Amino acid sequence: MAVGTQYLAEQPKLRTSSMVLGAIAIAALLAAPFFFYPVMLMSVLCFALFACAFNLLIGYVGLLSFGHAAFFGGAAYFTAHAAKVWGWEPLSAILLGVAGAAAMGLVIGFVAIRRQGIYFAMITLALSQMFAFICLQVPFTHGEDGIQGVPRGYLLGILDLNQPLAMYYVTLAIFLFGFFAIWRIVHSPFGNILKAIRENEKRAVSLGYRVDRYKLGAFVMSAALAGLAGGTKAIVFQFATLTDVQWQMSGEVILMTLLGGIGTLIGPIVGAGLVIALQNYLAASDFPVLVLIGIIFVICVLLFRRGIVGEILEFTRRKSKSAA
Amino acid sequence: MSTIFGVPAPALYGQILIGLINGSFYAMLSLGLAVIFGLLRVINFAHGAQYMLGAFAAYLILNYAGIGYWPALILAPLIVGAIAVVIERFMLSRLYGIDPLYGLLLTFGLALILEGAFRYWFGAAGQPYAAPSQLTGAVNLGFMFMPIYRGWVVIASLVVCLGTWLLIEKTQLGAYLRAATENATLVQAFGVNVPLLLTLTYGLGAALAAFAGVLAAPIYQVSPLMGSNLIIIVFAVVVVGGMGSILGAIVTGYMLGVLEGLTKVFYPEASSIVIFVIMAIVLLVRPAGLFGQEE
Amino acid sequence: MSSAPLLEVRGLNAWYGESHVLHGVDLDIHEGETVTLLGRNGAGKTTTLRSIMGILRRREGVIRLRGEDLLRLPLHKVAQAGIGYVPEERGIFASLNVSENLMLPPTVSEGGMSVEEIYTLFPNLYERRSSQGTKLSGGEQQMLAIARVLRTGAKIILLDEPTEGLAPVIVQRIGDVLVALKKRGMTILLVEQNFRFAKKVADRFYLMEDGRMVNSFPGHELDARMDELHEVLGV
Ligand SMILES: Nc1ncnc2c1ncn2[C@@H]1O[C@H](COP(=O)(O)OP(=O)(O)OP(=O)(O)O)[C@@H](O)[C@H]1O
Ligand SMILES: [Mg+2]
Repeated sequence: MAVGTQYLAEQPKLRTSSMVLGAIAIAALLAAPFFFYPVMLMSVLCFALFACAFNLLIGYVGLLSFGHAAFFGGAAYFTAHAAKVWGWEPLSAILLGVAGAAAMGLVIGFVAIRRQGIYFAMITLALSQMFAFICLQVPFTHGEDGIQGVPRGYLLGILDLNQPLAMYYVTLAIFLFGFFAIWRIVHSPFGNILKAIRENEKRAVSLGYRVDRYKLGAFVMSAALAGLAGGTKAIVFQFATLTDVQWQMSGEVILMTLLGGIGTLIGPIVGAGLVIALQNYLAASDFPVLVLIGIIFVICVLLFRRGIVGEILEFTRRKSKSAA
Repeated sequence: MSTIFGVPAPALYGQILIGLINGSFYAMLSLGLAVIFGLLRVINFAHGAQYMLGAFAAYLILNYAGIGYWPALILAPLIVGAIAVVIERFMLSRLYGIDPLYGLLLTFGLALILEGAFRYWFGAAGQPYAAPSQLTGAVNLGFMFMPIYRGWVVIASLVVCLGTWLLIEKTQLGAYLRAATENATLVQAFGVNVPLLLTLTYGLGAALAAFAGVLAAPIYQVSPLMGSNLIIIVFAVVVVGGMGSILGAIVTGYMLGVLEGLTKVFYPEASSIVIFVIMAIVLLVRPAGLFGQEE
Repeated sequence: MSSAPLLEVRGLNAWYGESHVLHGVDLDIHEGETVTLLGRNGAGKTTTLRSIMGILRRREGVIRLRGEDLLRLPLHKVAQAGIGYVPEERGIFASLNVSENLMLPPTVSEGGMSVEEIYTLFPNLYERRSSQGTKLSGGEQQMLAIARVLRTGAKIILLDEPTEGLAPVIVQRIGDVLVALKKRGMTILLVEQNFRFAKKVADRFYLMEDGRMVNSFPGHELDARMDELHEVLGV
C-alpha cells in the first residue's frame, strides 16, 4: 500500500454535497473571528495552507518531503526582511517569499528527485538542515533572535493590516487562494499525470512522460505554496525565526497531514486545526509538546494510517458500497 | 613553527583528530542504520534517540547505582537493545510489507517521544560525564599532543565496526542476515526463525547506537538533543555511501568526518554544511551513492 | 502400502491474494517413495509445493507430515518438521559463497549427509566452494540447491523442476543423484515436465490440471499412458 492514497470527491454524487459543504465551510470561516481569537484562527489558516502544500507532494505524487520547513521558514525570512528592512508593501513582500521558496524548491528538488521513497525523505531532510545552518550563520536572519518587529503595513498601500479583522480576512483570502490553486492543480491534466506517476512510475516512463520534470514541477509548486504560507505567517505574527526552518517544523507539517489524512483535500486542514489547538491547550500545562506529537505519530501510523478524514471517507464509501 | 598550506601543523592535526572522532560516530551510527535497513527495510529515525539513550543510561547508572564507565559500555547497549527489541516486536513488526515510509514515520514519532521526555526530565542543557581515570591525560605523539580518551574513541569505534563487519561477513548468523536481506521468505522456509532474526537485528543496531552514545558521553556531554542533530548528518552520510554496503557505510563515515575536520581548518564557515554539500554533489554525479548499486 | 502416508494432503485450496489457484488438491506420499507431479504450465504444481511449505499463507484444507498438522505452523517450523525445499528459481544467494549457501539451512534432524559426503557427490561444488553463489553455472546452481537440503536431515524433499533449462549431461547427473538419494531411503516429491527423466526415478505419478489432481498412476504405466498424457499436457 502506498502512502499516498487519495479519497477525493470523485464520485459525482459526492460532488454536489461537497460543494454544499464547501459553501458552509467558507461561511463559517467568514464568521469565525466573531467567535474565536483571530490570532489563533490565522495561525490555523497559515499552517493549514502549509499542510495542504505539503500534501500536494505526498498525497498526489507520493513523495514524502522531510524538509518542507525550509520553504516555509525561508519564505518567512524573505518576506520579513523585505517588509522590515526594505519597507515593501506586505503583499509584494509575501510574493517575494513565494518566489524565494520556489527558487529553493527548484534547487532542492533538482537534487532530491534523483532518489525516491525513503531516500527522498532523508535527502530533503538533510538539505533543509543545511539551509537551517545557513540561516544560523548569515547576518540578515539575525541568528537566534530572528527578524523581529516586522510591520504589517498597508495592503496595496490602502488597507491597514494592523486592524485584526482586516488581517484575518486577508489571511483567509490568501488561504482560499492557495487551497483552490491546489484543487486546480490536482484536477488538471498535469495533476492526472502526477497521479499516473504515483501509481506506476515505470508505466508513466514507458508512455513517454519525462517523469522527473513532472516531479520537479510538483515539488516547486509545493514549495511555492509552502512559501505562501510562511510569508503570510511572517506578516501576521510580525516575526521570522529559526524555529520555522528547523526539522521539527517539517515533522509538524507531516503530522498535521498524516493525522488529517494524506491525499485528502481537507485532511491537512483538519490536522492543522487539531495540532494547533492541542499545542495551545498544552501551552498552559507543563506536559511536553514533543512527547504528545510523538505519541500522535505512533498512534496514527499503527492504528489509522488513512488519517481522520481518510478513515471517515473510507467508512462512508464502505457503507455506500454495502448498501448498493 | 611548521605550517601546511599556511595552516599551523598542530592546528591541522588537531582538527584531523576531531574529524576522525566525529567520523567514528558517523561510522558507528551509519553502520547500524545500514544493518537495520538492509534487513528490515526501515530507516530507523530513532537511531539518534537511541544514541542519546545510551549516553543517558551510562549517566543514570553512574549517578543512581554508582556503576562506572567500563560496565556501562556493556550495560547501556544491553538496556537500549532490550528496549529496541520491545519496539520491534510490538510496533515495527506490524509495518512490514507496507510502504517503508511508515517505518520512518513511526521511528520519527518514537524519537520525538524519547527526546521530549528526556528534555522534560533533564532540561535541554548537557550533563557532564567524566572519562574514566585510566583514560584521562594526553600523550605526546611527537607531532602533537593527543588526549588519551580521544585516541580511545577512535580505536574502540574501529574495533566495533570491524567486529560488526566480521559478524556479518564471517559467521553463520551473518550468513542468515545476508541471505534474509536478499530473500527473507526463502530463508525462513529453510527453517530459520526470521522474525526473531529481524528482532535481534533491530536490537543489535540500537545497541550499536547506544555504545556510540556511551563513548560520546565524556566528549560531548549528555544531553537530550545530542542525537537529533547528529542523526540528520548520519542520514547524509548514508546517502553518500549508499545503503547497500556495510563496509561502504564505515568508510564513508570516517572519510566525511575527516573532510569536515579539514573544512574547519581551511574554511570554517562551511564546516557545518560541508557534508550536506558533498551529499548534493554525490547525488548529482552518482545518485546511488559511492558504494551503492543502482536499484 | 497400507501404512499411513508420510505426507498427506487433503482438499487443499490456496489463493494468491484474491485469486483462487488450488481447488481441493489431494496427495499422498509414503516413506521412501518418489512421486512426480505432472501438469502443463500454470496447472498449479509450484503452488502446491509452496502451499505445503507454507510460503503461500492463504490456504485451507489438511496438510499433515507424519500426522503433524503443517497448516497451523509458522513458516520456519515447517522445514523444522522435516521438509527440504528446492525452489523452481533455485534461490541461490548472491551475497553468500558456495560453501555458505550450502551451510545455510539449519539442521532439522539427525541423519543428514555430512559435508564430505555432499562434496563427494558434487565434486564441482567443492572446487568452487569459495566462489560467489550466483557465479556458478545454471547446472551447478541446481546441484547446490539440491545439495543444500541434503545436509539438513530432512525426511522428504520437494524438488521443483530441477532439470529445467539444463544440458542433457547435467540432467543425467541430477538423475544419478536422485537415484542415489532414493537408495538411501529419501522420500521425494518431484515436479517435472521431462517424462524420460521422471520415469527413471518415479514410483508414482500425479497429473494436475487447473489446480486439481485429475489422475494418479504407478510409474510403470507411464509408457502405456503416453498418448493420454500428451493430450493433457499438450506436448
Ligand atoms: N505470485 C502469483 N500471484 C498470482 N498468481 C500466481 C502467482 N504465481 C502463480 N500464479 C498463478 O497460479 C497458477 C498456478 O501457477 P503455478 O506457478 O503453480 O504453475 P506451475 O504448474 O508451477 O507452472 P509451471 O510449469 O509454469 O511452473 C497460474 O495460473 C499462475 O498464473
Ligand atoms: Mg512451476
